[in-house]
Amino acid sequence: MNDNNSIGLAKPKLVKIDKKLNLESGKILDNYQLKYETYGVLNANKSNAILICHALSGNQHAAGFYENEEKPGWWDNMIGPNKPIDTNKVFVVSLNNIGGCHGSTGPTSINPKNNKIYGSDFPLVTVSDWVNTQKELMDYLNIPYWQFVVGGSLGGMQSFQWALQYPSLIRNSIIIAGALKLTAQNIAFNEVARQAIMKDPNWHDGNYIEKGVAPKQGLALARMLGHITYLSDTSMKEKFGRDLKKSKLNFNFDVEFEIESYLRHQGEKFVAGFDANTYLLMTKSLDYYDPVKNLDYKIDENLKKTKSKFLVISFTSDWRFPPKRSKEIVKLLLNSERDVSYCEIDADGGHDAFLMVNKDYFDVMKNFINQVCDGI
Amino acid sequence: MAFRKDLLLISSWIESNTKVLDLGCGNGELLKILKKNQNVRGYGIDNDIKNIKDSLKKDVNVLQIDLDNGLSEFETNSFDYVVLAQSLQVVKRPKELIDEMLRIGKEIIVSFPNMGHWSSRVQLLTKGMMPITKNLPYTWDKTPNIHLCTIKDFLTFCEKNKYRILEESITNKKQKSNFLIRMLPNLFGEIATFRIK
Repeated sequence: MNDNNSIGLAKPKLVKIDKKLNLESGKILDNYQLKYETYGVLNANKSNAILICHALSGNQHAAGFYENEEKPGWWDNMIGPNKPIDTNKVFVVSLNNIGGCHGSTGPTSINPKNNKIYGSDFPLVTVSDWVNTQKELMDYLNIPYWQFVVGGSLGGMQSFQWALQYPSLIRNSIIIAGALKLTAQNIAFNEVARQAIMKDPNWHDGNYIEKGVAPKQGLALARMLGHITYLSDTSMKEKFGRDLKKSKLNFNFDVEFEIESYLRHQGEKFVAGFDANTYLLMTKSLDYYDPVKNLDYKIDENLKKTKSKFLVISFTSDWRFPPKRSKEIVKLLLNSERDVSYCEIDADGGHDAFLMVNKDYFDVMKNFINQVCDGI
Repeated sequence: MAFRKDLLLISSWIESNTKVLDLGCGNGELLKILKKNQNVRGYGIDNDIKNIKDSLKKDVNVLQIDLDNGLSEFETNSFDYVVLAQSLQVVKRPKELIDEMLRIGKEIIVSFPNMGHWSSRVQLLTKGMMPITKNLPYTWDKTPNIHLCTIKDFLTFCEKNKYRILEESITNKKQKSNFLIRMLPNLFGEIATFRIK
């Protein structure tokens, strides 16, 4: 915690939204709670609020430290005093989306209708549903509009969706390592991940918590598979190469290569803090998102309505959501004559590059954000 | 760096309240003036991350795209003007790019340094080496300029490809003309700018 550019101690807060939420699926949540954190100060004219949208495995803890924990929030390199998302200038709001497993209502919460853990009874939620809950949080915090909505990957979809759903309540949408929709290949990876979870002997149709177990093997496998797609061939080669744990081959199926050990470790680490139903739900939400095809979103009409500017950022080595996916977003925005900037950051980190320090990436974020902040 | 005078000429050719695509936009200078003074909706294209960063600082829309990979992102006739200021010489396929510009824009504006200027001719003639001038400061092995041309070359090129020249301006690099430039543009002109349809 010696980092001068850290926001320091982070304190999660909880808000109970006592309002019915009509989900895109047709189901209804009578009420729900949202876990969130804020950093920085909302200025007098309330024009400096920035919403952080998390990706598949993220949560509200984006920056700073929890008491007695050494690891900072998941985007601590980006958010803090004098960092690209500069908490001296902006008021940051970061939440755990519903369906998550870090304090907001989700599959591990109690279903008020029967006082049992939701488990697989928790309804599938979509990007659009999340945006609606984020709007409730905005109202609760007395924020009139978001100066910025920022997100990477699945978070980028939420940032884009804000412009469609509440075109007048967003001024700048930053979409990082994003995509308009998943490809067949993306969905295929998600399906293998889901099958791994649902084929685990401890799955119990999703109601494993009641039985006091968890589909740990399946979830770990899902994470390992996912993790491979978040890295690039180059970054794996650089980090692990063909390095062996021991000096020689053993001619068995124990962990021999460093990469095997790393993946297993990632899987095990992930399982300790994540819920399998949430994982399934997040992947489904990704699969379903298709704002061009979903006529309810009225994409042309709403994009013409929004005054939001857009910044789209991709990474050269990202093969999960490669630059051409980002360019599809750009093309759509150009056709609607929206203000849009786009850059393709030279980075080896693959899809996960959006979470890593990179001078060009950070300069781009900083210049864009500062230029807006100078004018408010 | 002081403001590039050649961009003032280009901005004077662009009508207010129009839509402009600036290829090789550099630090976004042209778009910044157009936006501020002429209410132009503009987009810049550049492939140098430094220029992207500088343009973002100026609150200018900028897209990182390699011009050599084409401009398929842009719809036919979607811009009033497509500008290529002093970057014609760096692209791999000038004709293809100009065709793309004409597809996207109702009019295009192209400017380039004149390789036929007397200083280049004298250097080649006396030293027998590739000319190095203020406008073209690179040695032959380090230059990004792979398609340099003279004004005469460009006129022939336009004629051959049936590009219609609407307006032209041949000046020195201070954007001034004089008697010699008017008499012998290909010998005394340093910067040539054309408005083409």
